[in-house]
Amino acid sequence: MLESRVNRLALWFLAPTAVVLLLVVAYPFIYNVGMSFTNWNMYHFRDPSFNGLANYFKLFQEPEFKNIFLRTFLWTGVNLVFHVTLGLGAALLLNQRLPGRPLYRALLILPWAMPQYISALTWRGMFNLEYGAVNLLLAKFGIDAVPWLSGEWTAFAAATLTNIWLGFPFIMVVALGGLQSIPVELYEAARIDGAGPIRRFFSITLPMLRPVLTPAIVLGTIWTFNNLNVIWLVTKQGEPADKSHILVTFVYKAAFTYYRYGYAAAFSVFIFLTLFGIVKIYQRSQAEEAF
Amino acid sequence: MRGRWLAKTWNHVWIHVLLWLLVLFAVYPVLQIVNISLRPGDQLYTTDLSLIPANATFDAYRAILFDKPFPTWIRNSLLVSLSTALIGVSLASLAGYAFSRMRFKARGVALQGILVTQMFPATMLLLPLYMIMRKVGLVDTLLGVVIAYAATALPFCVWTMKGYYDTIPVDLEEAALIDGASPLVAFVRVTLPLSAPALVITGLFSFMTGWSEFIVARVMLPSAELHTLPLGLESLASSYQTEWANYAAGSVLVCIPVVVLFLVLSRYLVSGLTLGGVKG
Repeated sequence: MLESRVNRLALWFLAPTAVVLLLVVAYPFIYNVGMSFTNWNMYHFRDPSFNGLANYFKLFQEPEFKNIFLRTFLWTGVNLVFHVTLGLGAALLLNQRLPGRPLYRALLILPWAMPQYISALTWRGMFNLEYGAVNLLLAKFGIDAVPWLSGEWTAFAAATLTNIWLGFPFIMVVALGGLQSIPVELYEAARIDGAGPIRRFFSITLPMLRPVLTPAIVLGTIWTFNNLNVIWLVTKQGEPADKSHILVTFVYKAAFTYYRYGYAAAFSVFIFLTLFGIVKIYQRSQAEEAF
Repeated sequence: MRGRWLAKTWNHVWIHVLLWLLVLFAVYPVLQIVNISLRPGDQLYTTDLSLIPANATFDAYRAILFDKPFPTWIRNSLLVSLSTALIGVSLASLAGYAFSRMRFKARGVALQGILVTQMFPATMLLLPLYMIMRKVGLVDTLLGVVIAYAATALPFCVWTMKGYYDTIPVDLEEAALIDGASPLVAFVRVTLPLSAPALVITGLFSFMTGWSEFIVARVMLPSAELHTLPLGLESLASSYQTEWANYAAGSVLVCIPVVVLFLVLSRYLVSGLTLGGVKG
């Protein structure tokens, strides 16, 4: 009897969220899939018609498609490697008894605390050819000014550096929380058994951190893969000449600059399925290794 | 003995050096904004790298507060962010509870579904939402943006709340039920007060969604009088010449409250994530 009373209550608790999510997440999602099979664009704004899989074929014939696709993977991979190494490294350093530890920690969280668009716009200014701090610093080391924002790869590198800066504190905070929950006795036992610091790191620290790091890395992958802000703002909408896009920024531009609605909808579906596949593969590999 | 002490100190020196390098990387851009915001008008473009500019002035702060529609942007942003936070906290605190305590048929599917929404690219919901809101006349209204932000923030909030409730022993509520409290009273009197950290984080998270969102606002709010802070500041940053200092001053003003909040609350930040984890 108690059980059923609790259950009825829970249903009421769920209802508002369910209504909101159905209306503003599920319905638009289905709407988007529907749109992806139409020729809805600025020429057919009032009379879109069904065109089957045409948008999906067009997507793969996009001349830049391969580059954008590969660049997105490069973007996600490079960012993730740096986020994890810097974040985990910082956490290991901070996990020792050190004077000034809270101050270090607060200063290192700053990039996460700042609103992303402000960081991105500020970094864009720092990559300015003549007056940007990056080139001025390089000049101190006798390196010639790099026209960061006008080359496709340098613009991409600039955005990547910005995003590395943005993302490492998240992993750091997660890892720090994880490190503090590892019982000290484990290390002591290992030390008595004669395990060196490297051995201790790989046999104790890493495995113990895994349950904390895995979800953080999955979330980090998703956020990076779909990060619209950084590329859009640092490269100013994909400059030079739309050559620095990743998948999401490319779609955003197709939808809201070129009004290619049906096409953008199909592209969104493609991005979602790609990401979904990656996450599933990653989770499966993690689950297998765990056994 | 002496040798070991030396080795230990030497180790510490290295740790501090490495940490300082990281801190420099983390803090430098922040110092840049502060520096630019203090520059007098004739020194906006300078090749000087000093931390505080020569002849530092608060002109840009005065300009942004009194000559720019900055107060309007703040008002709009506050309205949007507070509403988003209110919706996020109230709905997620309820739904998270149901997910944590109740075993119903579609529970697993619904939880997975909530995670999957995190994988939608921004355009996936934005484009249809834009089309739908055009039809119902919500484009170019703050309400439209609030709805879009609530939809973005809610899944993460529900997940965080659920993760936190999972760590609170059910026994406490059961004791209250046995004492004759109704389940609702048990939730409000026992569980909710214990969940304060998670409620705060959920609130902060949904507030920040509204406070720093740029991409959705850019599409949904074309009229200048409805611009939120990100739109306003972006317009200053992308205009040429003198506005750069104003942009920087505005950014500093926008950052201070959220950064302070963030640092104060940072120790709760990942509790939901780490504890909730991926376990169903």
